[in-house]
Amino acid sequence: MGAIFRREMGAFFTSPVAYVYLTVYYVFAGVCFYLFTLSYGIADMSSFFSMLFWANFLLIPVLTMRSFSEEKMQKTDQGLLTAPVSLGGIVLGKYFAALMMYTIGVAIIFVYALILSFFGTVAWGIVAANFIALLLLGAAFIAVGVFISSLTESQFIAYIISLLLLLVMCVMQELAGLIEGASVPELFQPVVNLLATGMNAISFYNKFYDFTCGLFDLSSVLFYVSTAAVFNFLTVRVLETRRWR
Amino acid sequence: MIEVKNLTKYYGDHLAVDNISFTVEDGEILGFLGPNGAGKSTTMNMLTGYISSSSGQALINGVDILEDPIKAKASIGYLPELPPLYQNMTVMGYLNFVYDLKKCKLPRKSHLKEICNLCKITDVSHRIIRHLSKGYRQRVGMAQALVGNPPILILDEPTVGLDPKQIIEIRNLVKKLGKRHTLILSSHILSEIQAVCDRVIIINKGKMAANDTLENLTKSISSINRMIVRLDGKREEVLTAIRRIPGVTSVRADMERENGIYDYEIVMEQDADIRIMLNEMCHEHGWSIYKMASDEMTLEDIFMRITMGEGMPDEAASKKKPVIRLVTPEEQRAQAEAQAEAEAAAGESEEKSDEGGNE
Repeated sequence: MGAIFRREMGAFFTSPVAYVYLTVYYVFAGVCFYLFTLSYGIADMSSFFSMLFWANFLLIPVLTMRSFSEEKMQKTDQGLLTAPVSLGGIVLGKYFAALMMYTIGVAIIFVYALILSFFGTVAWGIVAANFIALLLLGAAFIAVGVFISSLTESQFIAYIISLLLLLVMCVMQELAGLIEGASVPELFQPVVNLLATGMNAISFYNKFYDFTCGLFDLSSVLFYVSTAAVFNFLTVRVLETRRWR
Repeated sequence: MIEVKNLTKYYGDHLAVDNISFTVEDGEILGFLGPNGAGKSTTMNMLTGYISSSSGQALINGVDILEDPIKAKASIGYLPELPPLYQNMTVMGYLNFVYDLKKCKLPRKSHLKEICNLCKITDVSHRIIRHLSKGYRQRVGMAQALVGNPPILILDEPTVGLDPKQIIEIRNLVKKLGKRHTLILSSHILSEIQAVCDRVIIINKGKMAANDTLENLTKSISSINRMIVRLDGKREEVLTAIRRIPGVTSVRADMERENGIYDYEIVMEQDADIRIMLNEMCHEHGWSIYKMASDEMTLEDIFMRITMGEGMPDEAASKKKPVIRLVTPEEQRAQAEAQAEAEAAAGESEEKSDEGGNE
């Protein structure tokens, strides 16, 4: 796992991926920071944090699209799969490398908080809670991205599918609202309500929003972590079943 | 030691490898011979745990590759058909990665240096793999397989796509490696196998067609006694005359080389020497000999016959015997069907050709 993690990190920085990702992420964060915090002249970063949420579905697929697709395309996966390492080790090595890149991006919020601290009082607890929230969100989304990447040989397809899937996950609560508002026959109302409740329950945004307000909920943490675990497990299964074909 | 028992692989409905069994003893160099698409790579991929078999078993030093893959893989160095090289890494960076990946315990610097020297990639060790030529990439692939000094090496077509000089270099390297490792080498190039391997397995359409030592193969090859004679004189007359010579089992006219001069392919009984009689015959009829050459059957002939048997029926008939000898009784059973077919094809052709078969 360690070897794969180090190689992945190296690959990020010897290819344009790391630079493109970090540049776009920092520019986006910078613009949001200016628009939602600096321009108001307040030291409250909560709207800035909720904006960062929306960067993820666009940018996380950039980090994950190549992880298995490229290996499959270049046939380098043959080297990994015939080496004395477990499938779990391979998947986690790649997963944590992407998560590391993501963390490097997210860590920029501390710089912004530091800047703010010269002009006002920064609630460091909330900043830290948001950092953790963003990490947890990334942990779940990256697992999804890596999983999608294991399904296809094409980085482009991996990017598009991950983007769409993450978008759906991001707007789950909006979809739930739409369904609730829809006029349906009386008979189906309970089904619709159940569906809406279910969709709200798996909404990433709702849970994330609680964090941005400084509410630390253990069940939310568990939700993010188990999403990550489930998708990493699925990725292992994909690699395993591919051998049996 | 590698033990393969009834290994079978289906890709969907397509049967890629059909019930292959063999063993490779420690220190042996085994050649895997077959045309493209015969199932060589599939077999090797199953041995190395890249894909799993549909049924059957592969034991690497007694460890089932599917039951304890990590332990089994640790004793294999594998060079796949396409070396698994990361294009953006330097050679040294890549080898270091492989070293970590295999959790190698040997001293890093000296071990990697030794491998680089062995594969002659020391002078490119700091270059990016993407910029290397095919020959160098193949050697880096070889180096990758050698990291960790695994007791078993499996090399899938290590010389494919290389120029003749590089082929000789890789071949020498393989020979050198064969002294320290158990080695399986696949190729569709016969001279390569002939040059380095102790034992040969010929595989065709997923089935094992032959499994014998080179020595035995050569023995069965030399037991066939053939020669080519170039003569003038009328074709029919020459054929009848040659057929009358004692010791000749069959004769066949080949191409017309010059105006009225043909090549005749003569198959003789074992130990028969008809050269003097041929000369006398020519003298009697007033013909002249333009060329006389003994035509030993090579591994190439056997290979061609096994892999495209139906394509050249006359040959198939004349060379049937040695090939049956190559196959052990157990394999013979598996091959019975294929042989029956080949015999039928050969029988038909005998009826058609005026020279007829033989033996």
